[in-house]
Amino acid sequence: MLKALALLEVTCKFGDDSCPFPAPGAEIFFFPPITSFTGPDGSAWEFNKPVLFAGVAALVVIIFFLTAFARPKLVPRGMQNLGEVIYIFFKNHFAKDVIGQGGEKYIPLLMSLFSFIWIMNLSSIIPGIQFPITSRFAFPLILSLIVYFTFIGVGIKSQGVGAYFKGVAFPDVQPRAILVLLTPLEILSTFIIRPATLAIRLFANMFAGHLLLVIFSVSAWYLLNLTNFVGVVSVVGYVGSIASFIMTIVLTAFEMFIQLLQAYIFTLLTAMFIAEAQSAHH
Amino acid sequence: MGILAELTGSIGSIGFGLAAIGPGVGIGIIFGNGVQAIARQPEAYGVIRQNMILGFALAEALALIGFVAPFVFGT
Repeated sequence: MLKALALLEVTCKFGDDSCPFPAPGAEIFFFPPITSFTGPDGSAWEFNKPVLFAGVAALVVIIFFLTAFARPKLVPRGMQNLGEVIYIFFKNHFAKDVIGQGGEKYIPLLMSLFSFIWIMNLSSIIPGIQFPITSRFAFPLILSLIVYFTFIGVGIKSQGVGAYFKGVAFPDVQPRAILVLLTPLEILSTFIIRPATLAIRLFANMFAGHLLLVIFSVSAWYLLNLTNFVGVVSVVGYVGSIASFIMTIVLTAFEMFIQLLQAYIFTLLTAMFIAEAQSAHH
Repeated sequence: MGILAELTGSIGSIGFGLAAIGPGVGIGIIFGNGVQAIARQPEAYGVIRQNMILGFALAEALALIGFVAPFVFGT
């Protein structure tokens, strides 16, 4: 919150008629670079806080899975217990139920996606970072592109190039005349809209959540004007400030649920796309 | 002809308000039918809950795209 206020350059509070509520907009998502160097095309490649913590999140995931699975023992000890619980959940739920046959070879991809996305989402409520890394669109975009090329690759490998694209464009529906409507919709949906909404869903959830938390935090500060001790204005200010603070806490709890849910939905949709690419459309 | 009517101010808020109508109805239908399905067959609670959550996330995405679009495309 203090950083948001610093970014918004505000020094006044409620009751002071010269400045209105400093509504945070998209500018709170941009950070000054920690260091910056010129890339090969001459533009400045900035190393700022989201990039730093994306690296930290990747390191955390790698270290966790290395400690869990580096030297697996028959009777699990320590971190391997937790790793095995997570692996068994992914095996039963995603590999067997959603993907079906041959699902086991996609478990590493699904586990990596889930863990990485969840830890990047969690950085929104970790004190000190307090910024969801997935709310910078580049990260969900690249993850969605990975999923996109993966499921097209799976489709081509398991059904052959011609059969896969024909299966997507001309599904087996009975009044064949309906294909006039259905084919453009299916092509548009499978190859353009679904990967785009996969990225945008994750990005928009984290963006909206962070913006809401900042609005309530800033209003808790803004409304708490202790210099106007008399009058109705100050009482309204105190009540509003306490209410905003309570709303911040409630929304943090809601955000924790949404972060886990969005990571799960991303992984579930990845598994569903792979399952759909793998099965011949019957 | 000059301008007959004009909308000024935060048009993004109006856009988000309009964008929230459809997903609101959709999510209500999803969870309503889900609860009914659970009432009919309580043993299938796990499967029903999973499909409810999937449907909720897909419908919610559109409402949130409506929330984010004014920030991305706005002035």
